[in-house]
Amino acid sequence: MPECRFAPWNDPNEKPLIQFKNVTKRFGTFTAIDDQSFDIYAQEFFALLGPSGCGKTTMMRMLAGFETPTEGTILLGGRDIAPIPPNKREVNMMFQSYALFPHLSVRDNIAFGLKRDKLPADKIAARVDEMLKLTRLEKFAGRKPHQISGGQRQRVALARSLAKGPKLLLLDEPLGALDAKLRQDTQFELMDIQEKTGTTFVIVTHDQEEAMTVASRVAVMDDGRIVQIATPDEIYEAPISAYVADFIGDVTLFSGTAMNRTPGAKPAAADASETEAEPAPQEAETPETETVETPEAVAEIGVPADPEAPVASDDPAPAEPKAAKATPAQGPQPNKLGLWLHDKVWARVFGPRTDIVRQLPPPSDAERTAKREEPETVPAETNDIPEGGITIDWAEGQPPLIALDAPDLEDGTQVKLALRPEKVGISKTRPDAVNALKGKVIDIAYLGNLSTYHVELENGTMIKAQLANTRRISRRDITWEDEVWVSWTGTAGVVLTS
Amino acid sequence: MRRLSWFNTTSLTLGFAFLYLPMVILVIYSFNASQLVTVWAGFSTRWYGELLQNEAFLDAAWVTLQVAVVSSTIATVLGTMAAYVLVRAGRFWGRTLFSGMIYAPLVMPEVITGLSLLLLFIGIGLDRGVLTIILAHTTFSMCFVSVVVSSRLISFDRSLEEAALDLGCSPFQAFRLVTLPIIAPAVISGWLLAFTLSLDDLVIASFTAGPSATTLPIKIWSSIRLGVSPEINALSTILIAIVAVGVIGASLISKRQLLRQDADEKAAVRAEA
Repeated sequence: MPECRFAPWNDPNEKPLIQFKNVTKRFGTFTAIDDQSFDIYAQEFFALLGPSGCGKTTMMRMLAGFETPTEGTILLGGRDIAPIPPNKREVNMMFQSYALFPHLSVRDNIAFGLKRDKLPADKIAARVDEMLKLTRLEKFAGRKPHQISGGQRQRVALARSLAKGPKLLLLDEPLGALDAKLRQDTQFELMDIQEKTGTTFVIVTHDQEEAMTVASRVAVMDDGRIVQIATPDEIYEAPISAYVADFIGDVTLFSGTAMNRTPGAKPAAADASETEAEPAPQEAETPETETVETPEAVAEIGVPADPEAPVASDDPAPAEPKAAKATPAQGPQPNKLGLWLHDKVWARVFGPRTDIVRQLPPPSDAERTAKREEPETVPAETNDIPEGGITIDWAEGQPPLIALDAPDLEDGTQVKLALRPEKVGISKTRPDAVNALKGKVIDIAYLGNLSTYHVELENGTMIKAQLANTRRISRRDITWEDEVWVSWTGTAGVVLTS
Repeated sequence: MRRLSWFNTTSLTLGFAFLYLPMVILVIYSFNASQLVTVWAGFSTRWYGELLQNEAFLDAAWVTLQVAVVSSTIATVLGTMAAYVLVRAGRFWGRTLFSGMIYAPLVMPEVITGLSLLLLFIGIGLDRGVLTIILAHTTFSMCFVSVVVSSRLISFDRSLEEAALDLGCSPFQAFRLVTLPIIAPAVISGWLLAFTLSLDDLVIASFTAGPSATTLPIKIWSSIRLGVSPEINALSTILIAIVAVGVIGASLISKRQLLRQDADEKAAVRAEA
């Protein structure tokens, strides 16, 4: 339902709240903002994202009125704001340091802006109470800023900047000073508050995760320029340049020369014995999210003798070394006699042993049968590659890569293929996939929910593959130094020309 | 508590002796019954009584107090403004010259400051009296205030002022409602510094004072040339007492504030947990 989505930037009749028109800002000879034009719409949550020194803070300070553009104009609701001093703008800012007034209580901090408007006292009190309620600070109204915690200070700063009901709220790294857990909660709180108040928010951050979480649109900045403005999913899945792809999330980049594919051609690397060249076009579009399933294998620490495990055949260093890897932390273990003594005698006195290292339970029968039903390999159809797209020659002695949804390119164009780790499958046997490369596992980063495998390809290129650990007990058969195949579909990578 | 080694004890004793032995002797002799300063003739508060009868000393004390209060107040206002401009205005034409000139009186020999002021007052035909002493003291204590205040302003978070502007303050309102309350402790200590400097200044005051007005230091100095009287001992003891009470009081207040702030912050942390 695209019409239900909030996307005023796609509506040509929508009037933008803020318009940057050829805005340039120089400090002496240094150009902080370089001829930028873009629009921000009412009720948007707009994120300016970039590394430090890219000009994002300057952009925000120009909106607040603390800097004036050297060239160009900024319009707020159609009016040029350059001649309006900061205290007359309907724009409020939440500062990175919060900038709470230390000599005033929480209540007086929030009331500060309202008092400047010479509102009657009862109206001010009502508005402050409303703000205190919105930010759940009622209990702390009488405290001074140094008497409350960092998270509460952040909420006071937010309440203070929202109290005047600005047309536009600027947030300068609003969550930078909070710890990770609190930051996550606060991100959602910010989104809630933004939705409740209907205020337009512009946030400046260097944290891409934060920008992606809260924003309706993200502007990625580099060196005084906005490189791309798009929704978070577009930015992630369709970055327009290698810079954006690299800045947002994890990515592996292959550089090479593009060649348009002749319709229905097979990948040069595909083993002829495995597939028939079938020009008959399949579905033109392979679903973007499809990843090649790794053949399931059950190699459990402590349960090495699983008859179903295909590991034994092709694992160069099966089970034992892995067990050895796991054991050093366990410390000395009792021998048979000690164990017997413990079980028969000591257990009654001292209780059960506490030095047993907790291990994952072996897979249940249900899990095992489930695995057996799963296809061992991906159906052979995947090798019947749809027409179109390009091949990318990227390394001597390596098969060219195939990218199906590529822009129109001339043969011989230098391109980069950006590949997100979660779109890359990893397996021990050669999968039937459009792109499959052989390599060796160098590093494994186990993050709990995900495991990232750093695989070194035969020519030394590193590629990252990420697997979600959707089951507690599985997929632990791939380990360091293993020979593996990494594979991805024809549409998994993004072809970039810059 | 750890015991001090004999070395530390010795150096501590010596140091304190150097600092306070002269004053202790002065205080003791202020309670001397004898007319002769160096001969002890028993305890008496006679000289304190006589001091109160001495019109000349009392007049001088009154003038000194007036001069100190007025000159340090003017110096605080001017010095704070100068400091604000120096720290906040960023780079402007002549900034280096301006800051150099503000701090120059710190190192200028007092005799020269006094002499040049004297020449100025004669040149413009200003009769020397309380007014000229006030002007002179304002001139030389202003730079001390500006040093104290600017060191506080440098560590002052600029975004506090920006926040005030952002919330609708005019620049002056931002200064009055946000900056000034926060830097108030520095301003007050600048005022106290200017006050004490003015209170005990002899050199500049003697250049700029006229026959109509004499400050206490000048009075003490001139009467000592006629021989030290026990009255001066009594006067000095009173001054020492005033200063001691002031210093101890100020440090007690600031210590209590610090402790309270500490307790507040701990309470906040507990409330969070």
